[in-house]
Amino acid sequence: MALLKIDHDKCVGCEACIDACPFGALSMVDGLLEVSEACTACGACLLSCPMHALNLLKEREAEVAIDLTAYSGVWVWVEQFRGEVGGIPLEMLGQGRKLADQRGVALTACVLGHKVEHIAEKAISCGADRVFHVDDPTLEAYRTGPYSKVLVDLVLEHKPEALILGASSRGRDLAGSVASILHTGLTADCTGLEIDTETGLLLQTRPAFGGNIMAAIVCPYHRPQMATMRQHVAQMPVPDPGRRGQIVPVKAVLTEADIATRVIDSILEKDEVSLADARIIVSGGGGVGGAEGFKTIRLLADVLGGAVGASRSAVDRGWIPYAHQVGQTGRTVRPDLYIACGISGQIQHLAGMKTSRVIVAVNKDPQAPIFGVADYGIVGDLFEVVPELAEQFRKKLEKK
Amino acid sequence: MKIIVCLKQVPDTSDVRIDPETHTLIREGIPSIINPFDMYAIEEALRLKEKFGGKVTALTLGPPQSLKALTEAVAMGADEAIQLSDRAFAGSDSWATSYTLALAIRKLGEFDLVLCGKQAIDGDTGQVGPGIASQLGIAQLTYVFKIVNLDPEARLITVERLLEEGREIVEARLPALLTVLKDINQPRTASFIKIRDASKKNIPTWSAADLPGVDPAMLGLKGSPTQVIQIFTPPMRTGGAQLIEAGTVRESAALLADKIIAEKII
Repeated sequence: MALLKIDHDKCVGCEACIDACPFGALSMVDGLLEVSEACTACGACLLSCPMHALNLLKEREAEVAIDLTAYSGVWVWVEQFRGEVGGIPLEMLGQGRKLADQRGVALTACVLGHKVEHIAEKAISCGADRVFHVDDPTLEAYRTGPYSKVLVDLVLEHKPEALILGASSRGRDLAGSVASILHTGLTADCTGLEIDTETGLLLQTRPAFGGNIMAAIVCPYHRPQMATMRQHVAQMPVPDPGRRGQIVPVKAVLTEADIATRVIDSILEKDEVSLADARIIVSGGGGVGGAEGFKTIRLLADVLGGAVGASRSAVDRGWIPYAHQVGQTGRTVRPDLYIACGISGQIQHLAGMKTSRVIVAVNKDPQAPIFGVADYGIVGDLFEVVPELAEQFRKKLEKK
Repeated sequence: MKIIVCLKQVPDTSDVRIDPETHTLIREGIPSIINPFDMYAIEEALRLKEKFGGKVTALTLGPPQSLKALTEAVAMGADEAIQLSDRAFAGSDSWATSYTLALAIRKLGEFDLVLCGKQAIDGDTGQVGPGIASQLGIAQLTYVFKIVNLDPEARLITVERLLEEGREIVEARLPALLTVLKDINQPRTASFIKIRDASKKNIPTWSAADLPGVDPAMLGLKGSPTQVIQIFTPPMRTGGAQLIEAGTVRESAALLADKIIAEKII
């Protein structure tokens, strides 16, 4: 008798388990799922079932549903956009290398896309021992469905102990889907990842409540331990072109007909430096006074090669698009330098920027809360101070 | 259009306390609001209903007092609201939360869209939306700031998503789950009369036993793969800003520029 128990009340006939079974032991017979003697009770199907309709009889007693020792190795998803890799996936490779070394295991990079062999090579030079290189037209532009399916299948087959993704929009989109399907723990937006020396578990640190609280989180009984990590918190690896590694080609699993979404267009906002990537941000708030006033902010940002940010009050008044908003209802940023101009420093704004490395405030009101979190400040009219500051930087940086 | 909106009640301020024994957040005693991003989800659902007809159901998982959030959603115009509340749900992480909400959505029957805010302002994870979509096996469209087109006949939705590099226009088959950004609309405020009427409406509460196919081992703290082992406050910035004051604006600016350059950032 097969060891697998099927709860027909829970089974919705989605057939996810049929694809997941490495032994072809599952099939639908008259609308009911059946398991044959080919079942080896390996458990691959348990994780595939979104309804938790499958159980292995002997396992039910234990709290631990899976054999944790079967899981080994650290994996990183290498995000790409139009064949280019941004800073965040490389940083994740650097972080992954560190964790893999601490655990004494290999680092695997998952490179998904179309015509992205060069990225597979780059991943090796940045620390990967092995790359799963999944090249397929269906993976050209990121879409949750096909990307999630590829990663889930790879995890089920190769059983990594940890899977790290950058906390970009796509990384968070993908991680949420993969962790949900695999029924494993996911810690979003980590600012720290380490190996706990006693337990060997991945110790995940993340901020909550707009950064007012930090939580240390572990995932003791489920694998892989999944985390998304913020940019600019890990060390960037120094690429070594001489590094050797193995590139393993993997086939995509879904065809276009299986995929529920279609990317129609991507509109790059070219003249904008992305806030998430920016190492320097110059932001304007209510004190900027209008759309015209943001020219002054942009002047300083341009001199410093930085991005333009804004407080909610500036965005709500229509002076600048929402994409620039920093704060609780906008983006959370963590640049090396954040210059707040005419921003009073409402708690919701501070939540989005107070972990920046150096904060500078320019404000007329010496009582403005922004001065409480700033490292340096000038009390004065931003329209006098900011152009002068831009001019001084221009002169001083030219000399360097 | 049958639209389900998932919303979360969150503390109004960032003034939160931690239970020193359990290391979980004490949510009692802090004024609560509907998560701001979820307000945009409700508003968008109501606008779609006004355009295409249909029904909007608001769903929340939370302690008994989260009923207030549902009352507000009804006052705004939701046709129906369901509260998921049970001791067994307590301590849910994003996996267990998605699991529970997905079971409730299944119980509600057929639907066209599930709308969520992009993330909650307390947990900030943004993972429950994708979690629900995967549990339900439907398409997910995250970070949506505009619904470009909705074709109920062809069962297709086209949206604009805001990503790091710019905007992306994506089409998905229905049913789909969307997580929405602030820019998508301006939420309406419910009038006093509507709030009064809504508070008289009977909003059912579902417990774990009301969810068909529920596996109690998958619920709440017990069903959560992640465990919070420590909560601490981050090191505070101390002392406030070093104010730069020289004779003239030019001298101050020069001094500040020197200090920033000395930080070796630029």
